[in-house]
Amino acid sequence: MTKDAGGGSPAITRRALLAGTAATAGAALLGSLPDSIRGLEARATPSGAQGPPRTPGQPTSATSMRSPFEHPARTPIGQVTGASFSPLQDLSGTITPTDLHFERHHGGVPTIDPTEYRLLIHGLVRRPTVFELEDLKRLPSITRVYFLECSGNGRTAYRSPQRELTPQLVDGLTSNAEWTGVPLAALLAEVGVEPGASWILAEGGDAVLLSRSVPLEKAMDDALVVYAQNGEALRPAAGYPVRLLLPGWEGNANVKWLRRLKLIAQPNMSRDETSRYTDPLPDGTARQFSFVMDVKSIITRPAHPVRLGRDAWVPISGIAWSGRGKIRRVEVSTDGGATWVPAELQEPVLSKAHTRFTRMWRWTGGPATLLSRATDETGATQPTLAEFREKRGRGTDYHFNFIRGWVVERDGLVVYQVDV
Amino acid sequence: MSGRRTRCALIGCVALWGAACRSEGQTATRYGVGRPATRAEIAAWDIDVNPSGAGLPAGRGSAAEGASVFAAKCAACHGTKGEGLTAGPALVGREPREGFPFGQSLKYTRTVGNYWPYATTLYDYVDRAMPATAPGSLTADEIYAVVAWILSRNEIIAPTAVMDAASLPRVRMPARDRFVPDTRRGGAEFR
Repeated sequence: MTKDAGGGSPAITRRALLAGTAATAGAALLGSLPDSIRGLEARATPSGAQGPPRTPGQPTSATSMRSPFEHPARTPIGQVTGASFSPLQDLSGTITPTDLHFERHHGGVPTIDPTEYRLLIHGLVRRPTVFELEDLKRLPSITRVYFLECSGNGRTAYRSPQRELTPQLVDGLTSNAEWTGVPLAALLAEVGVEPGASWILAEGGDAVLLSRSVPLEKAMDDALVVYAQNGEALRPAAGYPVRLLLPGWEGNANVKWLRRLKLIAQPNMSRDETSRYTDPLPDGTARQFSFVMDVKSIITRPAHPVRLGRDAWVPISGIAWSGRGKIRRVEVSTDGGATWVPAELQEPVLSKAHTRFTRMWRWTGGPATLLSRATDETGATQPTLAEFREKRGRGTDYHFNFIRGWVVERDGLVVYQVDV
Repeated sequence: MSGRRTRCALIGCVALWGAACRSEGQTATRYGVGRPATRAEIAAWDIDVNPSGAGLPAGRGSAAEGASVFAAKCAACHGTKGEGLTAGPALVGREPREGFPFGQSLKYTRTVGNYWPYATTLYDYVDRAMPATAPGSLTADEIYAVVAWILSRNEIIAPTAVMDAASLPRVRMPARDRFVPDTRRGGAEFR
């Protein structure tokens, strides 16, 4: 987390930060809360100021709920083909709570009975094999922290930016979790890859049987077939019971509800690797199989709709990530990019995972534009919006990793930077 | 063809199944989990179609036959002429006839006619995902027919052309040569 703002300064509070986005959702949620919890709200309010409660609190429970004062929520859009954005501004640290991990799916969320789950691996293999869930759990497991990001994350900020965009609406289609499963390479060792295989067609068990071709090299590198997220079974929206996890690669290729892997010689040219998830470029071509997510960062606090107090210390905090490895540094600017200072990276800095950065800043009431600029271990740095437009074009459709900005207005209101 | 090769591999595999944990030049240990997939299991799930035509089933369909399929199963979301509605993207449209300006501007809508590089993708996708309210419900003849209708409306095949496992892979899509490999490599240069 951020350093202490110090000295009783009227720095922005978590309550103020949450006010804009959470109040409405909170009010809506309250109506559906059980009576026991609703009672807590009234009873618990004075305890902070007036000391501990003098009556016993709630009993133990089978699963815990959030404090009745906390209402982080995703923003779902669309129906069976939809997305649900993670509330980045409400999150601390780097691990996304499982129920707030972003969602994106193309044919709704299927209900799969784990006892009926089957994974078929066939094609150019010596032993076409059917694995049940328990078979996968009998192999040595591996646990790693990786981010996931929808390839189209940031499209609204690029195509139709508005001052009212929040971190959630700018970049909420990325999340970060601890995943447990087996290396795809271990499964391939079980089936025996035949010479001539160089791609793998991965197919999901959703209504649209979403399919993507994945290079065999990725399978032999760090691809995982996972069944757990943050210590428990995958949630249905995350691919229960089994999904493909391709560290650092665009979300769509991390096929959920994985039911089939077919070793093939050439890519299948599925809909989602031709018509979609390709990048038309200004030179009249379209980039294909652009799997890797570029280096990227966003300040999540302060951001819209926070209002800063004048002459106050402000903890600037955000997340940075790269599909190519570790974040090497994050720089922060408070003057729209004229000058940059290094942010502190919170350890451990993990490869292909969200990294939290922080920097204290004192706002004295003058004009300010807050930017963050991440550089990864390959030396790749986020481009400016102008550089991004020049190289990728105004019509490009994915991989929007340009520098994002937040403008602090005279009255302290923070808004998304629209005019660059 | 991949299907035939799969069957050969299957027969070999069953014979070798008991030979535990042979090295095969890979460093990973083999633990022998899972069970051999049967030929029927593979056939039931092995639905993918690739640009060579591998995986295309028997059957046939013309644009004329596809018109009624499209009207009944597709038009509600994609529009009666495939022009696209809120619920479903445009499928028909060849503009602009020259160039490939999609990276530069959003003026033109990307469609099957001006953006899709392979006709076989259309079969593969319709088969697995369409219609959105009942994926997998169309017969092979219906899929060939509706694919023929979409290609014909895009002026890529003649209105009388018949699409089947032999003709569909031979259809040359206008955007075929526009697709290039990813040249991003990390490092200081932004591409």
